[in-house]
Amino acid sequence: MNDNKNYKHETSLDRVAGNGLLSRRHLLGLSLAGAGAAVAGNVLGAEAPALSMPAWSRSPGRGPSEYGNPSTFAAGIKRLAPPPNATLPGGGASRTPLHLLQGIITPNSLHFERHHAGVPDIDPAQHRLVINGLVRQPLMFSYEDLLAYPMESRILFLECSGNSGGAAGPTAADTSAGGLHGLLSCAEWTGVRLSTLLDEAGVLPEASWVSSTGADGASLGRSIPLNKALRDVFIALYQNGEPIRPEQGYPMRLFVPGWEGNVSVKWLTQIKLTDMAANFKDETSRYTELLPDGKALQFTFPMGTKSVITSPSGQMTLRRQGIHEITGLAWSGRGAIRRVEVSADGGRSWADAHLEPNQLELALARFRLPWLWEGGPAVLQSRATDSAGNVQPTREVFLNTYSPANRYHFNGIQSWAVSAQGEVKNVYA
Amino acid sequence: MFTPDLKSLLLAGSIGAVLSVSSLVLAADAPVRLGTPVTEAQLSEIDLIVMPDGKGLPAGSGTAAQGQAVYDQQCAACHGAQGEGTQGVPALAGGTLTGTPILMTAGSYWPHASTLYDYIRRAMPPTAPKSLSNTEVYQVVAYVLHLSGIVERDFVLDASNLPQVQMPNRDGFIDRSQEQ
Repeated sequence: MNDNKNYKHETSLDRVAGNGLLSRRHLLGLSLAGAGAAVAGNVLGAEAPALSMPAWSRSPGRGPSEYGNPSTFAAGIKRLAPPPNATLPGGGASRTPLHLLQGIITPNSLHFERHHAGVPDIDPAQHRLVINGLVRQPLMFSYEDLLAYPMESRILFLECSGNSGGAAGPTAADTSAGGLHGLLSCAEWTGVRLSTLLDEAGVLPEASWVSSTGADGASLGRSIPLNKALRDVFIALYQNGEPIRPEQGYPMRLFVPGWEGNVSVKWLTQIKLTDMAANFKDETSRYTELLPDGKALQFTFPMGTKSVITSPSGQMTLRRQGIHEITGLAWSGRGAIRRVEVSADGGRSWADAHLEPNQLELALARFRLPWLWEGGPAVLQSRATDSAGNVQPTREVFLNTYSPANRYHFNGIQSWAVSAQGEVKNVYA
Repeated sequence: MFTPDLKSLLLAGSIGAVLSVSSLVLAADAPVRLGTPVTEAQLSEIDLIVMPDGKGLPAGSGTAAQGQAVYDQQCAACHGAQGEGTQGVPALAGGTLTGTPILMTAGSYWPHASTLYDYIRRAMPPTAPKSLSNTEVYQVVAYVLHLSGIVERDFVLDASNLPQVQMPNRDGFIDRSQEQ
């Protein structure tokens, strides 16, 4: 621990909200006279030993490899996966360790998983995609066929409808940002527009819905309205440049931008045009939101406007007083992120976080704001606003809208409490 | 709306027979069309979708009385002898949607009986999905409905009457599909 308290005498710190939130200009150290003093640990440096040439600089390293892996020293950056479930083989979820990552792109090996009957091992040469139902001509496509179609690429988030459901529970779980909100990822997805294939099959005028099913053991099915299917839905074949991973639906998945993840059916094998929603198990029994009066919302598709601070966040410890960067992710299923505000005093005062200009529609946004932690307690929160003007609600407002049994589409404001010891914990505030 | 595409294909074909140069030019302008035509009959094994109006239901029938044997063997270990559920596995029968405790089951919550047929046939039991015969699925669906008192024990469930089964929560859902 350093005992340097120079920042206390720093007069040029530009405080923008309560409990130590600082102007975005401090992010880059711009026009901050003597800024070094405010962030530096040990300014004297006299006690540091002389550096010796490290061993890895005295010998050649490994040669090139065919498929790369992270450093063995970064091996702790893993998905948060539960132990296997004997009752539901292959079921369950693993979460993206949001609190250990930066930027907006999720590495393919760390993309969250949610399976209903495990990950099938599909031979693309034998896989078929069929389009049938209310079409002029039912069609079948091989993987190779699809690779020959014009493609497009988009950077898009994918969020499970049940993400953050734990934050709707009665007690605040002692967990991390990834543990609570990690059914969320963002990647560059490349594939073939569904409308291209639907044109080829010829959609009949009476069709109004599109059912999709997967080739997994559960043959998971979901329905989406035809108007969305024709607008921007595509069949994803590549994820961050390489063929999509088996956990993400290899060789192909539906990708429905901005909508609850479950509709982006993995291991896609059937597209059926219908005149009503199929009312699959996962759009009736599950992925519907019970209201206080016992009615339920069905087909709530776009994910809500939402943000979460990924650092500092649950189970982290601040090891020094001074300036820290508060950073996190924001997203909306109804547009681009326009604004993220941050509070360090439990929502009493707010400051605008820094966002890169030209935020992408339906992608994650990374926000940052410098914060001066002076050793006192704090409650960190973030609040997103999207391009349609939707503002992320408080947890209380969200919970009052739904039945206490509802765990879907939670997008309430997350609170991380920082203790005087620097320990960061999930709290309800 | 699809006429232009069809016409360009026809043109490419017919003119190409006489004027190979023109057909090459036309083909280069035509969209990629690689789908292989199939018939619905060819898809009958893989298309398992059962709609709320009964479209997609196969031939066959079954009663709850018959379904109990299938249920006891295939379902009870996880879903409980009376559909009460076990740790981590949903209950199938009983329950209410307000008050305490809230329990959302096939009986109390699901709006359509078709969903039971569709889901059980495609996904159950989880260790061997699609291993039940169409008749066994009718039997089990009848039994699960019977556990919630929705059909009598000797009611013969089939493709024609399944869509008519009155699910208690049929009108409990608010459709938000056009709030995009």
